[in-house]
Amino acid sequence: MIEMKNVSKVYGNGITAIHDLSVQIEQGEFVYVVGPSGAGKSTFMRLMYREVLPTKGTVSVGDFDINEMKEKNVPFLRRQVGVVFQDFKLLPTLTVFENIAYAMEVLEKSTRQIEARVEEVLKLVKLEHKTDMYPNELSGGEQQRVAIARAIANMPRVLVADEPTGNLDPDTSAGIMKILETINAQGTTIIMATHNSEIVNKYKHRVIVIDDGRITRDEEKGGYTYEN
Amino acid sequence: MKIRTVGRHIKEGFKSIKRNGWMSFAAISAVAITLLLVGGLIATVMNINELAADIENDVSVRVYVDLAAEEEEQEQLQKDLENLENVENVAFSSREEELENVVGSYGDTFELYQGDQNPLYNVFIVDTTSPEETSKVAKEIEPMDFVSEVNYGGAEADRLFKMTATIRNIGGIIIIALIFTAIFLISNTIRITIFSRSTEIEIMKLVGATNWFIRWPFLIEGALIGFIGAVIPSAALWFIYNSVYGAVSGFFQGTYFSLLTPSPFMYQLILLLTGIGIVIGATGSALSIRRFLKV
Repeated sequence: MIEMKNVSKVYGNGITAIHDLSVQIEQGEFVYVVGPSGAGKSTFMRLMYREVLPTKGTVSVGDFDINEMKEKNVPFLRRQVGVVFQDFKLLPTLTVFENIAYAMEVLEKSTRQIEARVEEVLKLVKLEHKTDMYPNELSGGEQQRVAIARAIANMPRVLVADEPTGNLDPDTSAGIMKILETINAQGTTIIMATHNSEIVNKYKHRVIVIDDGRITRDEEKGGYTYEN
Repeated sequence: MKIRTVGRHIKEGFKSIKRNGWMSFAAISAVAITLLLVGGLIATVMNINELAADIENDVSVRVYVDLAAEEEEQEQLQKDLENLENVENVAFSSREEELENVVGSYGDTFELYQGDQNPLYNVFIVDTTSPEETSKVAKEIEPMDFVSEVNYGGAEADRLFKMTATIRNIGGIIIIALIFTAIFLISNTIRITIFSRSTEIEIMKLVGATNWFIRWPFLIEGALIGFIGAVIPSAALWFIYNSVYGAVSGFFQGTYFSLLTPSPFMYQLILLLTGIGIVIGATGSALSIRRFLKV
């Protein structure tokens, strides 16, 4: 599903974020990406939806070859890869329903399709009773659930979440994890960068540790440890 | 692109114009002023050209008789003129009659020149058989005895054509400068819209909206600014031209001069202005989209 071969990323300012990294992630996996701040986790994730291009090596996602693909096909790659951020990135002037519908409208889905799917994903993230509220009327956990609902509204094959529980308390984080596991159980590959050791140790999944731009450990059902 | 999407893009365009109220107002005003000048200039130049063409089609040649000519010499000249090829009719207008004409058109002040003070000449008005013959006939008359000066529509028309060329050139320079100003203001307005919508753009990109889907609303916003900017001068020119036409056609009654009739001239002009407005708007927008919208 996702394959990186000998990937390096050097930014314009000379900083090397990723060093000769190779990894393979299968469809339907749930993968934690852990490591210290500045280790290259975010760059690793952003390579998958072509927010950054590798300086060396190859990256492929599904049928897309990130290096070779044409600029105009990038939107079609992005439809396969849903993205969730720590800061949610919801539109404050739109309701919960509209925020999710927005992601489908811009792909020119029909009103009927949109209504049915928004209802479905809202049920999945357990927010069906807050459809008409605005983001600032919701708690952080609820806002993150809206962001997740939006990310999966167009049924991507991969969900990339960059510290989705970063700002949330343990109980709320547990709720988010349950939702992510439900989505994963439906067949969506989940790649989640996190600093939260409790979560990694409690909800056991594959753990990839990135340090100084390299994978230093890659274990099935691993725990949260890395050497500083 | 689906019809529904087109509707959505247009709606987004209007929303942005409202949201950036003052910037939009400045941009629309710039387009309006530019197009008012473009329209005014086109109407002026085309009508002067029309007048020049009318004059060119005039068949008469005015022959000014030398003041030194005796009566018999003048009669001889008349006969010579009548005997020329391509001459249909020769009429005489004495200097007294000429002065009366001047007094009639320009006012009583010229009555001072009555009698010996009269600076005008006796004139033969020679009508040729067709407009094409006037300049040839005029050239044949020029070397004749006791001819002081020969005047015909062609020369007058040439002067008018030269005048319209000058107006066109000067107006053209002003208009080009104004068009650049309008484009600059529009591209600034669009730039503000792009910045104010950066989160929306980011989300659209992340969920995989196509690049053109993201660009269209901005392009439409620019085109709408151009279009609205064209409506105002179109309406203004419509009223101005119709009232000028009404006033002038009374004045021209009984002559072979006329202005271009409002229909179809005004319709063509309005269509042209609207087209220019939309192109200016879309261009200004395209500049900002290229520079500031990273899709």
